[in-house]
Amino acid sequence: MNVLPSNPAARAAVRQGVSVSVATGLYGVSFGALSVAAGVGLGPTMALSLLMFSGGSQFALIGVIGAAGTPVAAIATATLLGLRNTLYGAVVSPLLQVRGWRRLAAAQVTIDESTAVAVAQPDPAASRIGFWVTGVGVYVLWNAFVLLGALAGDALGDPRAWGLDAAAAAAFLALVWPRLAPRRAQLVAGLAVVATAALIPFVPPGIPVLAAAAVAIVVGLFAPTSPDAAAADQPENEPEKEPVR
Amino acid sequence: MTTTALWATVLVASLACFALKLGGHLIPRSWLASERVSRVTTLVTVALLVSLVVVQGFADGRTLTVDARVPALAVAALALALRAPFILVVVLAAATAAALRATGWG
Repeated sequence: MNVLPSNPAARAAVRQGVSVSVATGLYGVSFGALSVAAGVGLGPTMALSLLMFSGGSQFALIGVIGAAGTPVAAIATATLLGLRNTLYGAVVSPLLQVRGWRRLAAAQVTIDESTAVAVAQPDPAASRIGFWVTGVGVYVLWNAFVLLGALAGDALGDPRAWGLDAAAAAAFLALVWPRLAPRRAQLVAGLAVVATAALIPFVPPGIPVLAAAAVAIVVGLFAPTSPDAAAADQPENEPEKEPVR
Repeated sequence: MTTTALWATVLVASLACFALKLGGHLIPRSWLASERVSRVTTLVTVALLVSLVVVQGFADGRTLTVDARVPALAVAALALALRAPFILVVVLAAATAAALRATGWG
């Protein structure tokens, strides 16, 4: 059986989807290991990966739990980070044209990577194939490697001796790195650093992160709108092309 | 956090994240076409991630500290500037912190 479509654009979309899936799936190992190190057991770690399935939100949730934050702070942080997937859903939905259970499946695999591959294709047929190959491919591989990391993480012992706390910080840095190009993003990043560092000594874990989000909302709502700025931060139609979760 | 609270946190947050994804598929695209909406969403993502770098890299409970995580973050930033892939960035940071702690610092 020839599983590859005959249309060259669709074949290219399949190839891109597969390579993004492998690259993204592999670092599920780091999430699995970090989650277990943060005190989230194997069961909840797998539930997070299978049900939440959004890298940034998953890392954030275990970060707050690992820092002994409250459930409300953990939920709020993970949910705010998942907000961008709403934009992605609105972008890919007209391309997919699906109804019923397929729409639920499409929603669950609407993430940075599947959206990026879908919008990068030259025609709607290739976009659909790219979306599904990437979304399902990342879903399967990400969860498989999270399981591997969680099982390995259990056997590691003290996570600090292995530098896993630093690995978590580096993971967040790698996630934000491609989003820092626009000047306004750099301004918000600077304000977020100041707000977070200023609040850490005075409020419970998880709250400084939400305060940083509040700063971003204020800047986003009240910053002047100019044609240049609009062009500079326009990621809703153009998520980053690199596989970054 | 108790096991029950942990499971509740995981399930509620997962449900919220799924609702956000599904919401995007169900609402008309024009609703999100507003420049202000997309700008706020983009900036909130940046602020949250940067804030998490600070918390994960410099906080020890409610104290700000400089330990092996800081040089590890510097190595990660250098790797990112050199366009290293995600997994390599994470591994280099972990290796840096682990090596420094093995020599008794941080």
